[in-house]
Amino acid sequence: MSQTIFEYSTAGRKGVSLPKREIDTHLDSLIPKELQREKIARLPEVSEMDVMRHYIALSHKNHFIEKGLYPLGSCTMKYNPKVHETLVRHTCFANLHPYQPEATLQGALELLYELQSDLAEISGMAKVTLQPVAGAQGEFTGIKIIAAYHKAKGNTHKTKIIIPDSAHGTNPATCALVGYDVVELKSKSDGRCDLAKLRELVDENTAGFMLTNPNTLGLFENQIEEIAEIMHAVDGLMYMDGANLNALLGIVQPGKIGFDVMHFNLHKTFATPHGGGGPGCGPVGVVEKLIPYLPVPMIDKNDHGYYLDYKHEATSIGKVHTFYGNFAIMVRAYIYIKMLGAKGLRRVSENAIMNANYLMKRLQPEYHIEHTEFCMHEFVMDGTKQKKEQGISTIDIAKRLLDKGFHAPTIYFPLIIPEAMMVEPTETESLDSMDAFAEAMIEIAKECRENPELLHDAPLCTPVRRVDDVRAVKVLEPIYPIKD
Amino acid sequence: MPYISNTDRDRQKILSVIGVQKFEDLISSIPAKLRLDKPLNLDEPLSELEITNKIKAQTCQNICAGSANAFLGAGVYDHFIPAAVDTIVSRPEFFTAYTPYQAEVSQGTLQFIYEYQTMICELTGMEIANASLYDGASAVAEAILMAVRKNKLMKAILPATLHPEFVKVIKVYTEGIGVELLTAPEKDGRIDLKALEAMLDDTIGSVVVQNPNFYGNLEAVSELDAIIHAKPKCLLIACVDPISLGIINPPAGYNADIVVGEGQALGNSMYMGGPLFGFFATKLDNARQMPGRIVGATLDKDGNKAYALTLQAREQHIRRNKATSNICSNQSLCTLAATVYMCLMGREGLKEVATQSAQKAHYAAVELCKIPGISLAYPQAPFFKEFVINTPKPASQLIKLMLPRIIYPGVDMAAFGKPNALLIAVTEKKSKADIDALVKAMQEVVK
Ligand SMILES: Cc1ncc(COP(=O)(O)O)c(C=O)c1O
Repeated sequence: MSQTIFEYSTAGRKGVSLPKREIDTHLDSLIPKELQREKIARLPEVSEMDVMRHYIALSHKNHFIEKGLYPLGSCTMKYNPKVHETLVRHTCFANLHPYQPEATLQGALELLYELQSDLAEISGMAKVTLQPVAGAQGEFTGIKIIAAYHKAKGNTHKTKIIIPDSAHGTNPATCALVGYDVVELKSKSDGRCDLAKLRELVDENTAGFMLTNPNTLGLFENQIEEIAEIMHAVDGLMYMDGANLNALLGIVQPGKIGFDVMHFNLHKTFATPHGGGGPGCGPVGVVEKLIPYLPVPMIDKNDHGYYLDYKHEATSIGKVHTFYGNFAIMVRAYIYIKMLGAKGLRRVSENAIMNANYLMKRLQPEYHIEHTEFCMHEFVMDGTKQKKEQGISTIDIAKRLLDKGFHAPTIYFPLIIPEAMMVEPTETESLDSMDAFAEAMIEIAKECRENPELLHDAPLCTPVRRVDDVRAVKVLEPIYPIKD
Repeated sequence: MPYISNTDRDRQKILSVIGVQKFEDLISSIPAKLRLDKPLNLDEPLSELEITNKIKAQTCQNICAGSANAFLGAGVYDHFIPAAVDTIVSRPEFFTAYTPYQAEVSQGTLQFIYEYQTMICELTGMEIANASLYDGASAVAEAILMAVRKNKLMKAILPATLHPEFVKVIKVYTEGIGVELLTAPEKDGRIDLKALEAMLDDTIGSVVVQNPNFYGNLEAVSELDAIIHAKPKCLLIACVDPISLGIINPPAGYNADIVVGEGQALGNSMYMGGPLFGFFATKLDNARQMPGRIVGATLDKDGNKAYALTLQAREQHIRRNKATSNICSNQSLCTLAATVYMCLMGREGLKEVATQSAQKAHYAAVELCKIPGISLAYPQAPFFKEFVINTPKPASQLIKLMLPRIIYPGVDMAAFGKPNALLIAVTEKKSKADIDALVKAMQEVVK
């Protein structure tokens, strides 16, 4: 069943037909023998049908959005419109080369220019770069921009960035990569930033604050103005991790409430596919005073048309991508924004918030929820009740959910909630599918009480049983041992 | 409203179950003065048909390299992609899933990554590969950062023959933790090995070599091992074109410690340079210092073969500011395309693609150099599928003059300090007639 493609390999079998050689010079006359490969790379020798059967069989082992609810909190697993896929494959997008003459790229550049502008409007930021290819690279770009700002101002003493303990792991990892010390801010009992503690931590050496809003508990950081004031008083900059922007479309513009820099996740908020783990796209928006530090090139226009703008290269942080970022993902997000418009985007957030609150309400009787106030687009419940009463962990509950045809929520994150289960239904789920999910969760709670063994054994109905990931580390086997 | 399932009645039901009157009651935690008081200023929404027409009109303004007679490379290449690649990549089972956090319902993704890792190791001669990085440029940067973690030496040498865009990205990625980047000069389009040798001392943590290099030339890799590993702690980072590995000596052959590169050419369309993907492979004893996700084979509870993310203790979600990289989402779907591509090509196919690319590139070089005023910029250096020619006029002029013929003759090297030079890439997709048309046009425009 889990046969690898290498095991289908049969000497001499071919999966492709290539043109015959029009120019058949001997390789040795072109490339010195000592620079050539001696032993052929042992790729599988399979037919096209072998390949199709194998990968289609593998595809059947995946959970994916079209199969069922995918409530992976903080990941915004909304439905990905299929018109995006059809249109992006248009040869005049797919076959563009980054070094084509600008005059031949006008349609593409116009699209990017409009997307830059639309994202600026949505976020309330002055300008947006589309170059970063993922959320974490957006963070990196944003924190580099903060560093460049301080450098330009001679703020060499600024060595630390403050991050709440509820933050995603990429936030501290990014700051470390930029060279900042990370100072963790404890959350207070209502799940939000503790202002008193923040005041204690902030000093002249503070370069900035990185905040996810709504935060990873699904709560809006309502003291944002005060936080921004505290930071700005020491010339610290406010970074917003925009992973949760799906709660704010047409409701709040981050650039207008105190944030100086933010990243978007087009693969979350703007319905571009997650691709089994990417490619995504992580544009960054900044306020006016940070525009000089944006990566090069930007997309701009003048009387002659659209062009790649390198004017500010001297002040820019430089480049984070070989070319202009994940263009094919930008095209999809562009289509999404153009199809929804202002009203549609606002509806997205409204329905995302309503759906999350609906599920929270339905699950509250069975699962412990630390923060029971109305949530934004996601909420965090936990398995502490089941752990205490039946010795069942969140991982068991998650695995049982797989048996019932759903993906599990994000589990054990945020780290500040023990046994966390972070649920984000998104706006594209219907009432019926949410009810089905709620009933499955309620049934699991019942199984915890009545048949706890079942939970420890789960999953029972998935393509494989519970996978031993400890063994995967102990007996490291990262590649298949190919036979000649 | 497209893509939203709730009807007005559903909304009413939802609100009443929650126990509120109206949507606004749910966002009472957002202070009123922070809320937007008017709709966003965006275009009126378009229907699916309208957006289709708009996009078609927009793409018509492009003249894509695919429909032109293009000889553009410099990191992004137009190799042939069999139809079956897109058939697999278009499966929602793959493209709407996310990172395989729940292994039991992600075996499809996990297994193809395992197969991908295996193929990358087979091509490069390495022992372990990760699931991908953002692009070739950031992959080189991550390799330098890994070398620093391993030997704690804060200097890295980049060759002057490395892709200039890579250099820019590497600088941004490595300056934060204080890596000092030195440049080994070039001589005749290849690394000046004498100069490199003179630069090496015990403070150098890694040396990067790009092979073929930015100019398309093949470096004298067989000599690098002795020079670089004369310093026992220094790591050799090879950045390679995976297509070239169909015929070119794999980096294990010259004892590279880390092998990275841009993977787009393996079955991914060019898309104006994104998405790309970086591959990253190394020796097994570096496993715990690697960046990015790694899949390993293991067993399930019943003892059946299964796959899982492994060595996660390196990653940001566990190690936070001590992680080996900040990467989370990578370029997974691009590696699926690469995996399917490599399967379809098989042993002989990849070799054939590489061989034909080399043959056609050399034919183009010979024919172009018959034109008075045109010569190879680096006549001594062997090359693979890409080469630089000196032109009698600025390349920008030649490019412009060829526009009406819809020929893109190559990358203008002016941006890289060589105004009278073109970097020309030829893949197996070019026919002899395409090349002859380029040569004929060149004859006309250089006059
Ligand atoms: C809150 C938060 N920040 C940042 C990220 C990183 O985004 P990406 O995976 O696109 O790099 C994530 C991803 O899950 C996230 O949930």
